[in-house]
Amino acid sequence: MSASADVIVIGAGIVGAACADAIARDGLKVAVIESGAIGGGTTAACMGHIVVMDDSEAQFALTRYSSGLWHQLAAELPSEAEFTQAGTLWVASGEEEMAEARRKHAYYGKRGVDTEILDARALAEAEPNLRPGLAGALRVPRDSVVYPPWIARWLVERSGARVIHGEAVAASGTEVRLRDGTVCPAGAVVNATGVWAPRLTSSLQIQPRKGHLLITDRYPGFLRHQLVELGYLKSAHGHGSESVAMNLQPRATGQILIGSSRQLGVDSSEIEEHMLQRMLQRAMEYVPGLGQLPATRAWTGLRPCSPDNLPYIGPAAEDSSLLIAAGHEGLGITTSLATGTLIADLLLKRRPAIPAAPYFPGRVHAASH
Amino acid sequence: MNERQEFDVVVAGAGPAGIAAACAAAESGAAVGLIDDNSEPGGQVWRRDRSHAPSQLARFWLNRLERASIHRFSQTRIVAATARSRVLVVEQPRGSFEVSYRKLVLATGARERFLPFPGWTLPGVVGAGGLQALVKSGLDVQGARIVVAGTGPLLLAAASHLRLAGARIQAIVEQAPLPSLTRFALQSARYGKAAQALGLGLDLIGVPLHVSSWIEAAEGARRVSAVRVRVLKKVKTYPCDYVATSFGLAPNIELPVLAGCEIEDGFVAVTGGQRTSVKDVYAAGEITGIGGVDSALAEGQEAGSGNALGADRWLPFKRLLHDTFNPRDELRSLAAPETIVCRCEDVRRSALDGMTCWREAKLQTRCGMGTCQGRVCGAALQFLNGWRNESVRPPLLPARVETLANPGRRSR
Repeated sequence: MSASADVIVIGAGIVGAACADAIARDGLKVAVIESGAIGGGTTAACMGHIVVMDDSEAQFALTRYSSGLWHQLAAELPSEAEFTQAGTLWVASGEEEMAEARRKHAYYGKRGVDTEILDARALAEAEPNLRPGLAGALRVPRDSVVYPPWIARWLVERSGARVIHGEAVAASGTEVRLRDGTVCPAGAVVNATGVWAPRLTSSLQIQPRKGHLLITDRYPGFLRHQLVELGYLKSAHGHGSESVAMNLQPRATGQILIGSSRQLGVDSSEIEEHMLQRMLQRAMEYVPGLGQLPATRAWTGLRPCSPDNLPYIGPAAEDSSLLIAAGHEGLGITTSLATGTLIADLLLKRRPAIPAAPYFPGRVHAASH
Repeated sequence: MNERQEFDVVVAGAGPAGIAAACAAAESGAAVGLIDDNSEPGGQVWRRDRSHAPSQLARFWLNRLERASIHRFSQTRIVAATARSRVLVVEQPRGSFEVSYRKLVLATGARERFLPFPGWTLPGVVGAGGLQALVKSGLDVQGARIVVAGTGPLLLAAASHLRLAGARIQAIVEQAPLPSLTRFALQSARYGKAAQALGLGLDLIGVPLHVSSWIEAAEGARRVSAVRVRVLKKVKTYPCDYVATSFGLAPNIELPVLAGCEIEDGFVAVTGGQRTSVKDVYAAGEITGIGGVDSALAEGQEAGSGNALGADRWLPFKRLLHDTFNPRDELRSLAAPETIVCRCEDVRRSALDGMTCWREAKLQTRCGMGTCQGRVCGAALQFLNGWRNESVRPPLLPARVETLANPGRRSR
């Protein structure tokens, strides 16, 4: 490679694209290595939900910071990005979940994130297609929806990064070797290959967590918010082998995107009927009218899952000049922009806006089970 | 409430190949289910014509089907399939259920291939087969001026049918060059097609036939009012009410792909007795190579009976058809940058600049993501850009969420 880059980012999913963009904004010359289509991996299989989460303080800090960056970016995003501030409704089916909604309300409120408790009636008014008899919901009005694969490409193009089509088979902090033998030297290297990151950096503990999604034909107005059951927390947190949860999203096109399923350690791409069925049945328990809508497509994707549900952002354990930006599980879209900014801060030895240490790849080896 | 219906043999598709397969299987004593999404058997080619009696051949087979003991599922769409468990999920207008089989015969036929040219999305520009189907179900084309354009024997068949229905055929525009057409005419005589061709020729006396010619653009404000046709080095304009296009057929290989069948050059690969690469799954008719009714019937009988009956004698004819009517390179440049390629999602050709594959185009432009699931633009882009869509997932066709959630439950 004659024109060597200051930084090579491996992987042009939303995380790699956000890294390339952030690094380029600091004036560095970036190259991106991608073996498939830009935004064509897990990024293409995502819902594109920008959501502030509170599993842990570190997760809250990262999602909140990144959500703020998305709102800043929104003004610049063309309409194809489909940025829509739909808001999230965390739906409570009974009193126990309502208590959880109130806890979340207090937690977010104390940290300056606006939320609102809806009682049963307010919920029915907000989303008339939800079944009657639900307890209420927590509304998070600033949560949003985007179309990730398009944005990944837009970010890569905006960064001016040279795109190298090839498969990286080895990476250190100073060079990347491709399958065809080409060696690409660089001042620094970022491994942003998501669920495939351990192939290049073996110390990373990332397991695939397969998910199914299904999209309907266009029914504008059928839903207004992203709906997530509060029971989702149990499903998403546990490392049990299989689970489903109601997670519904109105797309800018008027289509309804139906999720979600989780299968830890499964890396096949085929649609598994039993999971699809369970996921759809769960969705129909909350929104019975969904059953009559025509489904047009279903697909699967692999979430890159770390043991503590936090991404790896920072120097690799075995080679501190190799940076990692991977393992974002189901929050890669939300946290991509913060990840890019943190990586740029680390490269330029700047003080980041939030403490970066909780996301350092080294942590898991101390805390892992 | 029967949640799963079981058969020895299930045949997917009730066109000639499927009818022949179902009859052959039923006549040898098997319990047979025949699934088709139309309300009546016959497929595209034997679609019931309100004003004309069916052909002798169609009558023979439809009668044979009538007499055989076959469970017919009409208006039934196959939306999912798992070859491992030998189960199909099917949907009807009022419910859904599962159908299981020991042996599956795939006879899903072909659809018309559309190639985009400026103006092809104007109302009045239709597929030749589609227009014939409309006429068969009652559309009045008496006195309508129609240009029939594209390639292949279906052009003449469509022109003849439309003329009999009272249309004024302005011109037939065939892209294949005269020498290959002549060779085709001579060689197809061997397959007993000469009389058929001669009959069509007689029906069409007085209609201008342009060879080595193609449509450059359809024009009109709210619907088509004229077409510009490239004839040798000149451009001729024909005023018209309809343009019926036919750029050959694209096989419906979605179900075969989902069932795990090996695909070769875009068609289902079969060996002796119409076996596919998947055990106990057979394929017959246009999905194994475009060959028309006669080869479809022969292959269907072979697939249904499980005996080799010499259907492979049609292979040279299939090759001849392909070689004669393969669209020429010039047709790749008909679509202008602003011409719509994907009509479901209004994607223009220029939006696909720089895209390297079908998947990238889908993700970045929504091309092929609409309700037709890329069935129209997919075939066009395979020709225009060499892109193949190899990923097929359930639902094969838009299906109610409820069907996919509870496939074993019949109507409520």
